[in-house]
Amino acid sequence: METLLQQIVNGLVVGSMYALIALGYTMVYGILGLINFAHGDVLMVGALVALEAIRLLQIHAPELGLVPTLLAGLSISVVVCMILGYTIERTAYRRLRNAPRLAPLITAIGVSFLLQTIAMIIWGRNYHSFPQLLSTAPLEAIPGVFITPVQITILVVSATLMVALVVLVNKTRLGRAMRATAENHKVASLMGVDTNKIIAATFIIGSALAAVAGVMFSSNYGTAHYAMGFLPGLKAFTAAVLGGIGNLGGAMLGGLVLGLVESIGGGYIEDLSFGFFNSSYQDIFAFIILGVVLIFRPTGLLGERVADRA
Amino acid sequence: MSATPLLQLRDLRVAYGAIEAVKGISLELAHGELVSLIGANGAGKTTTLNAIAGILPTAGGELLYEGKGIETLPAHLRLRRGLALVPEGRGIFTRLTVEENLRMGAYCRRDEDGVEADLERVFTMLPRVKERLQQVAGTLSGGEQQMVAIGRALLSRPRLLLLDEPSMGLAPLVVEKIFEVIRSVAAEGVTILLVEQNANLALEFSQRAYVMESGRITLAGTGAELLADPKVRAAYLGE
Repeated sequence: METLLQQIVNGLVVGSMYALIALGYTMVYGILGLINFAHGDVLMVGALVALEAIRLLQIHAPELGLVPTLLAGLSISVVVCMILGYTIERTAYRRLRNAPRLAPLITAIGVSFLLQTIAMIIWGRNYHSFPQLLSTAPLEAIPGVFITPVQITILVVSATLMVALVVLVNKTRLGRAMRATAENHKVASLMGVDTNKIIAATFIIGSALAAVAGVMFSSNYGTAHYAMGFLPGLKAFTAAVLGGIGNLGGAMLGGLVLGLVESIGGGYIEDLSFGFFNSSYQDIFAFIILGVVLIFRPTGLLGERVADRA
Repeated sequence: MSATPLLQLRDLRVAYGAIEAVKGISLELAHGELVSLIGANGAGKTTTLNAIAGILPTAGGELLYEGKGIETLPAHLRLRRGLALVPEGRGIFTRLTVEENLRMGAYCRRDEDGVEADLERVFTMLPRVKERLQQVAGTLSGGEQQMVAIGRALLSRPRLLLLDEPSMGLAPLVVEKIFEVIRSVAAEGVTILLVEQNANLALEFSQRAYVMESGRITLAGTGAELLADPKVRAAYLGE
C-alpha cells in the first residue's frame, strides 16, 4: 500500500511537469496545427540557462540566499526562453504559415537539432550537476510515504501556473483572441485581431512554461544536459495526444495520467513481468499509451469538442 | 458631406494563382448608401468582398477607402478603419459563446461603456441573441448564427459594412427578419455593400446595384431600374 501511495506521489510530480510541457505543444497545435518538436529543447535551454545563471550568481553574488538565487535563475531562464520561442516562430515557422503541413513539421525537427547542437557547443556533452538550492531531503508525509521539498514546490508551482493559464485563456481579451484565432485565422483578422501577434504570444507563453518545467526537471533529478529535452518532450507530446491535442484541459489530464501510469507501472513492472523487466524500463509505458491512443482513440481522452451544427 | 466616395474600386483584379476570379471591376459607394452586388454563383462576388476586407490580396487595380489606397493594408487594420465584413457562411466562432463572439467584434475598442451600450442596442435589435448569450455559438441555428455574425460586426462600429449572402440557407421568415435588421442598420447611416444571390430581394431592398457576371460588372443602376430590366429579369429573376 505504501508503495502504491509513494508511486502516486511520484507520478503526480512527474505528471505535473509533463502537463506543463504538454500545454506548450497543445497551444501551438491548437492555433497553427503544428507539432512543435523543438518544444522539448526549449525546456533544455531553460534548464541550462538557469544552471549557468545560478552558477554565475553563486560566484558573483554569494550573499544572495538560496531561494532568491533560484528565483533569479528561473526568471532569467524564463525570459531567455520567451525570446527564444518568439525567435523560433518568427524565423522558422512564420514564413511557412501557408506551406504544406509537412514543411513546418520537418523544420521543427530541424530547429530541435539546431538547439541541441548549439547547446552542445556551449555546454559540452557532459551531464552538469544542477545546483540543489531547495532541499531534496525526503519528508515523511504519511508513514512510509516520502516527498521532498523540491517535489512539493513542483506540485504547487505547476498547479498555480495551470490555473493562471486557464484563466488567461478563458477570461481575458488575449485568451479570447487566442481561441478565436485557433478556430479561424481569417475571421479573427476580420475582428481586428493581429493574428501574427497572437501566434507569437502563444509561442512565448508556451516557452515560458517550458522554461519553468526545465528548471523543475533539473532540480528534481539534479542534472542538466544538452539532450535532456528529448525524452520529456516526447512524453509531453504523448500526454498532449492522450488528452486530445489542441485541448488545454486534455494536456493537463494527459500529463497527470501519463505521469501516474509511468510511475505506478515502473513500480510494479518487475513483479508483473516476473523479473524480466526492471523499473528502468518505465519509459515504455508512455509509448505504449501513445500507440494505443492513436489506434483506438486518436482524438484523445477529451477529444475535439465538435459543436458545429450549421 | 464630402464628395469623395467611401469606397471606390478601379479596375480591381483578384486572382487565385493563375486564375483570375475578378477581372477588373469598378464600382463606388457614397457615404450612407445601401448598394448590392448580385450575380450567379461563381461570378466573383464573394471574392470581391474578401478582397475589399483584406483576406484576399488584390492582383491589380485600385482599392480606395475614404480616398486612400488600402490594397496592401492587412485585414485587421482595415477593420480598425471602420471596414467590417460578415463573411460567407457567417464565420461564427463555434467554440466560443455567443457573448464571446459578440465581444470579439469589439476587440479593438477600448471604450468599455460604449461597448456595453452597443451590446444593449444589438440586444434590442436581435432579442433572440440575448436569450442565448452563454450558449456555445456552434449550437445555434443558422438564422441565429447569422444574427450573431451581424451583431458582432456592428460591435466594431463599422462605417462600411460588407454583407456576404446573409440569406444563405435560411427560411424565408428568418430572411425577412435579417433584412429588417439590415434596413435598420442602414437607417443609422452605416454604408452597406450587400452581396446576394436572391436578386429580387436585393434589388427591392437597395438604392443601387451592380450585376456581376464571370468576374466583370455587366450592368449597374438603381434597384428599380434593374428590377425592370428585361435582361436582369430573364437571367436572375427566373422569367
